[in-house]
Amino acid sequence: MSQTLEAPAPAPSEPSNRVRMGLGQRLLSRPEIGALVAAIIIFVFFLALAPSFRSAESFFTVLYQSSVIGIVAVGVGLLMIGGEFDLSAGVIVYTAGLANSMFCWYFGVNMWVGAFLSLLFCLAIGFLNGYLVMRTGIPSFLITLGTFFVLQGANLGVTKLVTGTVSTPDVSQIAGFDSLAKVFSSNFKIGSVTVWGSVLWWVLFVGLAAWTLQRTRIGNWIFAVGGNADSARAVGVPVVRTKIGLFMTVSFLGWFIGMHQLYRFNTLQSGSGVGNEFLYIIAAVVGGTLLTGGFGNAIGVAIGAFIFGMTSLGIVYAGWDPNWFKAFLGVMLLLAVLVNLYVKRMATARKVG
Amino acid sequence: MTPRTRTFRILAAGAAVMLAAAACSGGGREKTEDSGTSGGNAAGSSGYTIAMITHETPGDTFWDKIKNGAQQAAKDTGVTLKYSNDPEATKQAVLIQNAVDSKVNGIATTLVTPDALAGSVKAATEAGIPVVGFNSGIDDYQKLGALMYFGSDETLAGTTAGKRIGDAGAKHPLCVIQAQGSVALEARCAGVKSAVPGTENIQVNGADDASVVSTLQAKLAQDKSIDYIVTLGAPIAIDALKAMDQAGSSAKLITFDLNAEAAQDIKDKKIEFSIDQQPYVQGYMAVTSLYLNIKNGNDIGGGKAVLTGPSFVDASNIDKIVPFTKNNTR
Repeated sequence: MSQTLEAPAPAPSEPSNRVRMGLGQRLLSRPEIGALVAAIIIFVFFLALAPSFRSAESFFTVLYQSSVIGIVAVGVGLLMIGGEFDLSAGVIVYTAGLANSMFCWYFGVNMWVGAFLSLLFCLAIGFLNGYLVMRTGIPSFLITLGTFFVLQGANLGVTKLVTGTVSTPDVSQIAGFDSLAKVFSSNFKIGSVTVWGSVLWWVLFVGLAAWTLQRTRIGNWIFAVGGNADSARAVGVPVVRTKIGLFMTVSFLGWFIGMHQLYRFNTLQSGSGVGNEFLYIIAAVVGGTLLTGGFGNAIGVAIGAFIFGMTSLGIVYAGWDPNWFKAFLGVMLLLAVLVNLYVKRMATARKVG
Repeated sequence: MTPRTRTFRILAAGAAVMLAAAACSGGGREKTEDSGTSGGNAAGSSGYTIAMITHETPGDTFWDKIKNGAQQAAKDTGVTLKYSNDPEATKQAVLIQNAVDSKVNGIATTLVTPDALAGSVKAATEAGIPVVGFNSGIDDYQKLGALMYFGSDETLAGTTAGKRIGDAGAKHPLCVIQAQGSVALEARCAGVKSAVPGTENIQVNGADDASVVSTLQAKLAQDKSIDYIVTLGAPIAIDALKAMDQAGSSAKLITFDLNAEAAQDIKDKKIEFSIDQQPYVQGYMAVTSLYLNIKNGNDIGGGKAVLTGPSFVDASNIDKIVPFTKNNTR
């Protein structure tokens, strides 16, 4: 990264060899700037082409769609900065919801008990993922691929065993459902605009993650273990604890969205969630997170999720042939990544002195 | 260590609260003995083994009913049922070949991708194993050498549904396809369109309810002239209701297939009607017809496909059907 040809010579009057960057260049060197530019381009694009996109209602629908992906994506993004993958993040969402729903239905207990046990269960899965990766040294890609298949099969198998069908029964009459629904899937109106609680939670989680990464010691640890785990260990960073913590963060956020799905939709299809793990990774990568770890930030991942939400719904708002949806989505994502790369290259080219 | 003790104390307190809350709570499982699928002969008492092979994607309630029907039929006739499935055409062909190799007495299979399955079905008929088609493949089952067929004519089902909403004044229905590239789903929408030319299709990601709701919500905001929504699966209908509520849409909703929730919504008049292809009957008849064919040389349908649908479920007959949806047989 430091071997760039066009690097301008530092001004002769500069007393030290440290390059002082202008505001523009400092902005450009941030990981999320490429995603931000791409997001603005796509936003303007749909604003121009899709008349029904131009309303506050539509904007908040897009935000809702983004938040459902974005909340887990924040965790996945942190984990990727820490140098690991989690392919089980898509199905754990449904594992969480199914566990809560079926436990309470079968035993007839308060939904809060199920939610709490489901949280412990998900954290245990996250811990197991992290522990196995750290203990064995097998790439997290393989370990979590294993967990992914186990959870996918167990979701179906256990649901069928407990309920006799492959979707969960109606749990909306069980005590505690309404209060939990207020926490996880409430919405309120501002004028004619419906704002979902999940959007606010998303903002909160992104803010928390951004603050942790930039302002705390744990944030430094995350960058360090993702950049080079051995050097990090050598300077005293608790590598194992940091990485296991990251895996548990992902499963916590997966649990959170699982709760949202359960308390919004009441019944869950046990085969759902497969494929979503890639959406989280895509959001993180589009948002400027490096696949190799050590680089990225939370705001970028949030913008990545927003690009996904905007594209997936923008096509509908524009009224285009739905058969092309996936193709169009792919092109949009490629463009986003290219813009991202281009901007980042410009930024790093100017940074080095 | 103080912090650790504190953690334990918090956990203990949490657990105590939970236990108190757990005391008792209504709305859960009704603790009665299930009598849905009992009775019949012991498995295998007639000595026949029948293989059922489908293109089921795991986790779909629809296929659950086909399986329930097949299992009940196997119990009733004393047949040993071997069920296997794979959504991918080439793998389904291998599963049929497996059944031929293990010398089962009869094969019931869905024929969703006739060309890919032709070879395996031929191998079965050459080995003298009777083959029955069900659920999909109505146009091709005879060509492939299957003896009988039990299923719904998707295009006919779509057209019938289209005519019914057309008569009720539909001008611009929205047909919601939840899986990309499915021949059966496309045929249903094409059927609706042939009856109501203003029909428009939309693609949604059926594996993610939140995404289905927001996509439909976006579509309803984009096009206010949509007066009917046609969903092709019961869970999608429930999502559509949420989207209509969010978008403040006054469109009417009809759906293909049934589940307990959709049945309740038909009762509450939130869904106008459902076009049921009776999956339980498809599974039940596929196994029973093979049994009769092996045991007694019977042929059902007079050389034509036996239609299990479309059967309409609406406010007029829903009261009778609700209990069956709860048993997961309709």
